[in-house]
Amino acid sequence: MSRAEAAAITADATVPVAHRVLHRVEEADDTATLVLEPVDAPLAAPRPGQFHMMWAFGVGEVPISVSAIGPAGTLSHTVRAVGPVTAALVATPPGGVIGLRGPFGTGWPLEDAAGRHVVLVAGGLGIAPLRPALAHLLARRSSFGRAAVLVGARSPSGLLFTAELEAAREHDVQVEVTVDHAMRPWVGDVGVVTELVPRVDLDADAAAAMVCGPELMMRLTVRALLERGLAPERIAVALERNMQCAIGTCGHCQLGPLFVCRDGPVLTWPRVATSLGVRER
Amino acid sequence: MKSIADLLAEQPTFAGLPMDALELIAGCGVNTGFEAGQYLLREGDPADSFFVLRSGRVALEMSAPPRGVLVIETFGGGDVVGWSWLFPPYRWHFDAVALEPVRAVALDGACLRGKCEEDPTFGFELTRRFAHLLVGRLQATRVRLLDLYGDVAS
Repeated sequence: MSRAEAAAITADATVPVAHRVLHRVEEADDTATLVLEPVDAPLAAPRPGQFHMMWAFGVGEVPISVSAIGPAGTLSHTVRAVGPVTAALVATPPGGVIGLRGPFGTGWPLEDAAGRHVVLVAGGLGIAPLRPALAHLLARRSSFGRAAVLVGARSPSGLLFTAELEAAREHDVQVEVTVDHAMRPWVGDVGVVTELVPRVDLDADAAAAMVCGPELMMRLTVRALLERGLAPERIAVALERNMQCAIGTCGHCQLGPLFVCRDGPVLTWPRVATSLGVRER
Repeated sequence: MKSIADLLAEQPTFAGLPMDALELIAGCGVNTGFEAGQYLLREGDPADSFFVLRSGRVALEMSAPPRGVLVIETFGGGDVVGWSWLFPPYRWHFDAVALEPVRAVALDGACLRGKCEEDPTFGFELTRRFAHLLVGRLQATRVRLLDLYGDVAS
């Protein structure tokens, strides 16, 4: 990094800004959405797909994608408790204060997708980073062609934002949901999310796709999208890596030539196709 | 009104087959329908026919007391429900129930097996197509075993 680049990194990007939990919505046993408001001046408004570094004070910091962009600087983040920091964040009650740095990274290529058919594919908690993209699409529905949202989860209890997905149907969005495991009275689909791809009503030549979920799910979903005829450069995926500084200096999130925190997390498929699936040595 | 052969020609499994082959298959078929909640197959019953779904959704499931009814997989238009007619002992391994009104072509398995034996070229082509379907199901099952939605924080 040059001196000029280093100088461009302001203290704002490295110091957490206090945010108060306005609401805490329990989404599942281990998952909650925190609706945050800035204690003082708001951070810059994020673009759909960007992330913040979230501080649980005294515990640590993790990268979490924005799951909703509200008015007056309010932001939502949906967090699953998978470790000490995320557990502390999920447990933060309304009125509690956490820190945010950001927003960081690239967003979903919504401008490039304007005028095209759009398919959003989410696996598990991957629906959260795609939620602002869906909100963007619904707010500008006439700017896009046919639209579809495909969602996969382990079980019905793991499905998030089901009311919002249901509401999207009323905006001429094809919504398909499937789970890996279910018991009656579930009457929805049971199978993997990749099996939903052939059902999508769109013209592959004119389509753009945005995919978010665990990397294995994204690899297999992209394979299905490519088989369907989508152009690789019009498929965007959101990567999750060990992001720590979030400003492209520490190198923890390096993936080949990319720093996922700076060059991603949203990347077009050709930029990552050869890197994903490479065995660590 | 469309013939059974016409209806089969619209289904992915039989797409591209010559009309004489479609008519051979259609000779073993009848048009049928099910209301939501009606069973297409019952575990342990003779597997004497199978179904090509034209519309509606079907759940493959198994009763597992005291856990309840486990839904194994769901099928929709264009899918084929039932494989056990292909191999001895010709008994269904699971239940299949209509989740919504279903339209389907029911095909007599013994009739179709007989035609395959009489005409090996036809039999090979049909077996090849069913093998393709079976591999698709196997791959989908393997993918489910991978637990695609493993733990991530956001």
